[in-house]
Amino acid sequence: MASNVTRERTKMVPLPSDSIVPERDVNKRPVLEARHLGIDFGGLTAVDEFNLAIGPTEIAGLIGPNGAGKTTVFNLLTNVYKPTRGTVILNGKDTKGMRIDQVNRAGIARTFQNIRLFTDLTVEENVRIGLHNEIKCNMFSGILRLPSHWRTEKEFHDRSMELLKIFDMEYLADVKAGALPYGAQRRLEIVRALATNPSLLLLDEPAAGMNPSETAELMENIRKIRDQFQIAIMLIEHDMSLVMGICEGIAVLNYGKIIAKGTPEEIQNNPQVIEAYLGKQGED
Amino acid sequence: MNLLTYLINGISLGSVYAIIALGYTMVYGIAKMLNFAHGDVIMVGGYICFITMNYLHMPGIAGVLLAVVVCTILGIVIEKLAYKPLRQATSLAVLITAIGVSYFLQNAALLIFKADPKVFTSVVNIPSIKLFDGQLVISGVTLVTIAANIIIMVCLTAFTSKTKMGKAMRAVSEDKGAAQLMGIDVNRTISVTFAIGSGLAAIAGVLLCSAYPTLMPTTGSMPGIKAFVAAVLGGIGSIPGAMLGGILLGIIEIFAKAYISTQLSDAIVFAVLIIVLLIRPAGLLGKKISEKV
Repeated sequence: MASNVTRERTKMVPLPSDSIVPERDVNKRPVLEARHLGIDFGGLTAVDEFNLAIGPTEIAGLIGPNGAGKTTVFNLLTNVYKPTRGTVILNGKDTKGMRIDQVNRAGIARTFQNIRLFTDLTVEENVRIGLHNEIKCNMFSGILRLPSHWRTEKEFHDRSMELLKIFDMEYLADVKAGALPYGAQRRLEIVRALATNPSLLLLDEPAAGMNPSETAELMENIRKIRDQFQIAIMLIEHDMSLVMGICEGIAVLNYGKIIAKGTPEEIQNNPQVIEAYLGKQGED
Repeated sequence: MNLLTYLINGISLGSVYAIIALGYTMVYGIAKMLNFAHGDVIMVGGYICFITMNYLHMPGIAGVLLAVVVCTILGIVIEKLAYKPLRQATSLAVLITAIGVSYFLQNAALLIFKADPKVFTSVVNIPSIKLFDGQLVISGVTLVTIAANIIIMVCLTAFTSKTKMGKAMRAVSEDKGAAQLMGIDVNRTISVTFAIGSGLAAIAGVLLCSAYPTLMPTTGSMPGIKAFVAAVLGGIGSIPGAMLGGILLGIIEIFAKAYISTQLSDAIVFAVLIIVLLIRPAGLLGKKISEKV
């Protein structure tokens, strides 16, 4: 497992809270801090005592067996679910009471486990939906086609193309998103999320359904995105070669609780994790 | 020549249905609800225009503008007070509320304007056009109605495909949750949708009353229901579908009145709906809805 990964490991440093961040991020404010986060559905506690800090340029992983509550955590961080307990501090701001779109504008963008593109819109339009937070435009100048409209139009187009370039998808700009092949849809979701100019990008199983070579390419691209945009990325993933290959800090969730946090090596050697997640030793 | 006259009248009536149907279809597309109070907004638009012209003695165009402004605000207020609190409720609860709002508007109009029909003065004072030595007469109202429909269609298409809010609307209608997570304010998008739909209803109201000049508190009901049928016929949620459905319905209605029976025309209109839905359950331009897993 992950034997083909030869890159040097990021040095991780513990924070006063029990999280670790990459050494380069240690004196910076974490992009996201979850404190005692929890949610109950009826009588069932889905997530409890979720504490995590993510450095502003960290690639973090959230792993755990099926049903451990990983996607629920993403939904809590984006206010799709209102937390029963605890707080989420995003870029120093408590997100309590924010609407979902306000949380997005405050800095979190995400992709979905089951792709949720706007399938009737073109690839470029999907990206533009995300860009709308950034580029101001006017309804009337749009309908009346005033000169200012063409300026913003060009700005939109240039930005969209720039973003699509990350995955070499510019040539697909006018294709309906629903008509794209599966892998391209996954990539477009990432581009659309990036268009909202996030400081933290949440990827929910980005490699699901990809073959090993596509996964390897995705890994490179995730790293490239982090380097180019200088943002934090947190991903949920079952593909261990991807998680162990690119994540600097990993949190392991089981039955809604974090059972371990650490570097890929620490996680791989943690007996609790091995038991809960990887299966009993010798089985793999 | 009669055939051509009926056809033009049908397109004109259909244009009114189409403009109303746009409101139904847009609201359904965005908020996934049937706003049965939409027909009564037409009636309010008619009365506002009537008051402006007959009591304030202002020209017809002022009446139209005022009707549009009042109905736009009315649409936003209805959405805020009646539907927004039910955003998480079942669609049945929202439907019943919409019917409640419809009755409220009708009875409020009954209280204010009384039950006796008002004679609406047409806002259009363009003379009729006579073609083929007077064999074919097209009234000014007919011309204006068709022209208004075309202008609205072009503007609305430009709006939904070119503007930020239009694109946001399409995104919300496809996936509300994903749209929110992309930073779109869904509540605002829904408000704008209601505003546009209600503004269009006001225009439809004025055009309808100009063509059929009796104005009563129940004036909006039947055209409202017919426009709903038009929206379903064209494929509810689809803007071109509402246009197509509206115009087809208008033509069918006029032809049924002319060639079959005046009494049976409404029955024929609904029969056509039933047949179309049997063959194409999603409507003419509607998309097949596949269950998302």
